[in-house]
Amino acid sequence: MLSLHPQVSVRPEPFGALLYHFGTRRLSFLKDRRLLDVVQRLDGSTSVEDALTAVPEKERPAFRRALSTLEETGMLA
Amino acid sequence: MKLVEHFKAGLDAPICLTWELTYACNLACLHCLSSSGRRDPRELSTAEAKAVIDELQRMQVFYVNIGGGEPTVRSDFWELVDYATAHQVGVKFSTNGVRIDAEVAARLAASDYVDVQVSLDGATAEVNDAVRGAGSYDMALRALGHLRDAGFRDAKISVVCTRHNIGQLDAFKALADSFGATLRLTRLRPSGRGADVWDDLHPLPHQQKELYDWLVAHGEDVLTGDSFFHLSAFGSSLPGLNLCGAGRVVCLIDPVGDVYACPFAIHDEFLAGNVRSPGGFASVWRDSELFATLREPQSGGACASCSFYDSCQGGCMAAKFFTGLPLDGPDPECVQGYGELALVGAGAAPKPSGDHSHRGGVRGGPVPVTIGTRPCVESPV
Repeated sequence: MLSLHPQVSVRPEPFGALLYHFGTRRLSFLKDRRLLDVVQRLDGSTSVEDALTAVPEKERPAFRRALSTLEETGMLA
Repeated sequence: MKLVEHFKAGLDAPICLTWELTYACNLACLHCLSSSGRRDPRELSTAEAKAVIDELQRMQVFYVNIGGGEPTVRSDFWELVDYATAHQVGVKFSTNGVRIDAEVAARLAASDYVDVQVSLDGATAEVNDAVRGAGSYDMALRALGHLRDAGFRDAKISVVCTRHNIGQLDAFKALADSFGATLRLTRLRPSGRGADVWDDLHPLPHQQKELYDWLVAHGEDVLTGDSFFHLSAFGSSLPGLNLCGAGRVVCLIDPVGDVYACPFAIHDEFLAGNVRSPGGFASVWRDSELFATLREPQSGGACASCSFYDSCQGGCMAAKFFTGLPLDGPDPECVQGYGELALVGAGAAPKPSGDHSHRGGVRGGPVPVTIGTRPCVESPV
């Protein structure tokens, strides 16, 4: 199950959050507070869809794309 | 609000924090931003430095860029690096390589939280040593060799781009590749001793274009610390944040704990406070009047009517300040040529606030070909 990589640190910001991966030294920006909520819910959820329940149906594709980008860059593992 | 607007208005903690740990240095580079050489006796103690790290951890500053001077000459350098990484503050440090022997390289290779930047300002000893001093090229390459042999992954070779090394960009890239390192190019600034050599070293207009084209061609494979956003006015934006982050997402802590708006602006005009004052670094970052001013919307001034303003944002505040230009006008290296025009009518460049240079220079130190006199610019009217 997908969740935040153990080497990733999260700093909440008014616009969303900053993510920093200490292993790859990459910085990422989450441009929506709700995306941060979803990312934090991944840990403890049984699936990505489970973590997305609070997100309106029509916005979920955008959230799924954001999550897969985070996976590709190693922020989620 | 767009992300970039959030950055302009300032965040609760910096993203990119530079910390010059000491003004002491074994070298005497002609263009040193911090006019380093001699240690300042008021330097932060080990305990004070650790208190700053505690604060950075609380503020969730993910990493610090440690520099100097030559930071590794501080006797507690490794202790502070270990303390930072044990407190979730990653360390990237810049060095001329003087202390990177096989043993240190092995130790660095064992940590995931430490990144090393070795400074090199020429792809050949001839070009490098003219700026950084005799033997400094060999010293840097020796350090890079130790890092490679120890299995340290992805060291950085950090280059300040000058008139004499722009023609060596491919050679720098090949050198970095041969060490399994990543090339990092940054902009020369007229700060510190850099003011004395600016007129002789800053890239010529045709070299700016050469540099821009090279950066566009190499994209994300080369790091720049986002320092070339003034070149974005040539066309498409370069990767990274195209804005001045001074006091907004960037700042500098100097060896005595003074907090400045950015690493290139060590001057009383850009001094926001000191980490030793009540409230520490967090209160300087959040409450300083200077930073509040820098976080206000900027007008663009003389640049506002230029069609390229959206790309370059008027360029670098420090470059303008130290060449005597108004902060709300063009960068001295404006690629549209407005900087050169502005310089004709510019006032005198400000005097530096502090000088820590070795008195009488260092053995083998670089000797400027022309002594640092800037032309007397007076209005003909």
